[in-house]
Amino acid sequence: MPARLTFTVQLLFTILVVCFLIVPAMLSMLAGVTVNYFQGLRSGLTLQWVQQVLELYTDTIVRSLGIALATLAATLCVGVPAAYALHRRNDRLSRAVEEIMTLPLAIPGLAIALALLLTYGGFSDLRRSWMFILIGHFVFTLPFMVRSVIAIFAAVDVKTLDEGAASLGASPWRRFWDIIVPSARPGILAGSLMVVTLSLGEFNLTWMLHTPLTKTLPVGLADSYASMRLEVASAYTLVFFLMIIPLLVAIQLFADRFSLQGARR
Amino acid sequence: MTSTSFLRLCLLPLGLTLIAFFLLPMARLIVTGASGPLGVNAYAAILLEPRYRATLFNTVVLATATTAATLAIATIAGLFLQRHRFPGRSLLIAFLTFPLAFPGVVIGFMIILLAGRQGLIGEVTAAFGQKWVFAYSMQGLFLGYLYFSIPRVILTIMAAVEKLDPALEEAARTLGAGAWAVHRDVILPALAPAFIASGAIAFATAMGAFGTAFTLATNIDVLPMLIYTEFTLSANIAMAAALSVGLGLVAWAALALARSFSGGTVAAAG
Repeated sequence: MPARLTFTVQLLFTILVVCFLIVPAMLSMLAGVTVNYFQGLRSGLTLQWVQQVLELYTDTIVRSLGIALATLAATLCVGVPAAYALHRRNDRLSRAVEEIMTLPLAIPGLAIALALLLTYGGFSDLRRSWMFILIGHFVFTLPFMVRSVIAIFAAVDVKTLDEGAASLGASPWRRFWDIIVPSARPGILAGSLMVVTLSLGEFNLTWMLHTPLTKTLPVGLADSYASMRLEVASAYTLVFFLMIIPLLVAIQLFADRFSLQGARR
Repeated sequence: MTSTSFLRLCLLPLGLTLIAFFLLPMARLIVTGASGPLGVNAYAAILLEPRYRATLFNTVVLATATTAATLAIATIAGLFLQRHRFPGRSLLIAFLTFPLAFPGVVIGFMIILLAGRQGLIGEVTAAFGQKWVFAYSMQGLFLGYLYFSIPRVILTIMAAVEKLDPALEEAARTLGAGAWAVHRDVILPALAPAFIASGAIAFATAMGAFGTAFTLATNIDVLPMLIYTEFTLSANIAMAAALSVGLGLVAWAALALARSFSGGTVAAAG
């Protein structure tokens, strides 16, 4: 039966593609807990490599988490009010601002990092501090926060709510806290998940902006890939996966739930 | 405070941070690009200097090959997954989207595990005589960019397939078109905007990605690695800046094209 055959061929092809994506990730997780990867699983399972990673690289993990949270705080403080203003004004100026804000998505991180280095690399206190990395992550993740909040504003018709409250005499400040922020909550949450995930995995900018004393997790990963035995590099990658996969799953679930709500509306 | 001034206040932090941390640095980058011994001609040197031109050419070829291969693979798998319901389908989709936010460095490591010195392909082919190791080369980088692009392109194509009008295909079939003709004349043309949009993202990403190339080998001759070595090893800061501006322009142009077709947010990363 030809239809049956086409189905099988396509299924096999799709499974092959899935294997290409999944097998190396599985190999790396396995290698991270294998005594000797070259000998394979026969050599037994161990947590010694994970332990070694925690001894060597805990500082990078803590720093990455700290930078991710600081980036989140910064994008929240700047991004949520900005999203509100951009959505409410919706004039030529705000469209231009939105356009400029989205540019860092298109320009390779290497170029942005180089630009930041040329401009602020001379301020040695800033250059040496983790705040320099924070600036890069902020510029790179901000559009995700603003876009995701604006998307919610458009979906819940925040303009009507805002104008209603204004006609009842609520001050702009009060409206922002009592109406805007609560209505934007799903967008803020989705944007936050995205910002934290991106910041934790950011390498292109961070590699140029870091110093030996401000290594982040992905920078440490690159180090370990270049200089550590395969098992340690794998264990380190495993630790990274354990941090990032729950976030990815949360983003996925959130996207599904929101698109369902959108469809119902 | 009036509403208008409140809105202005809300925009203020965004405006200030964008100017300080993005516009000013970018302007500085452009000026620096023209400040070397070549002056403004540094920008022309990207195309005129044989070494830079060769690298640019390599990068464009690699990015084009990645885009074409990703589109072909993602179209076959995406059409199949969207058109059939079978047990295990949602698991396959979950696996396909799972590497979506892996950073480039990690993808480089995945390719090393697959095609590196201790890699799976090497082990398997060694059993047949010739050990096959190609992670640390252009082919390895190509595989890495495929790994990176397939998830995002598949998602775009599946969404586009879902929106196709089944009536058009039925009409074509009633008029006597075979499965091949329906695909060639109805389905693929209808997917063209999705191809352009997701293809441009794949292209821009493959042009500018740095992490994967950095993990695989520092001597792979692509534009981001050239910028990196010009900056750190040769301390040729002006040329590195000029090349970055050129790279940024190409990536931006590709994504601007994508957006004019799809209207959505698109992002390059990695």
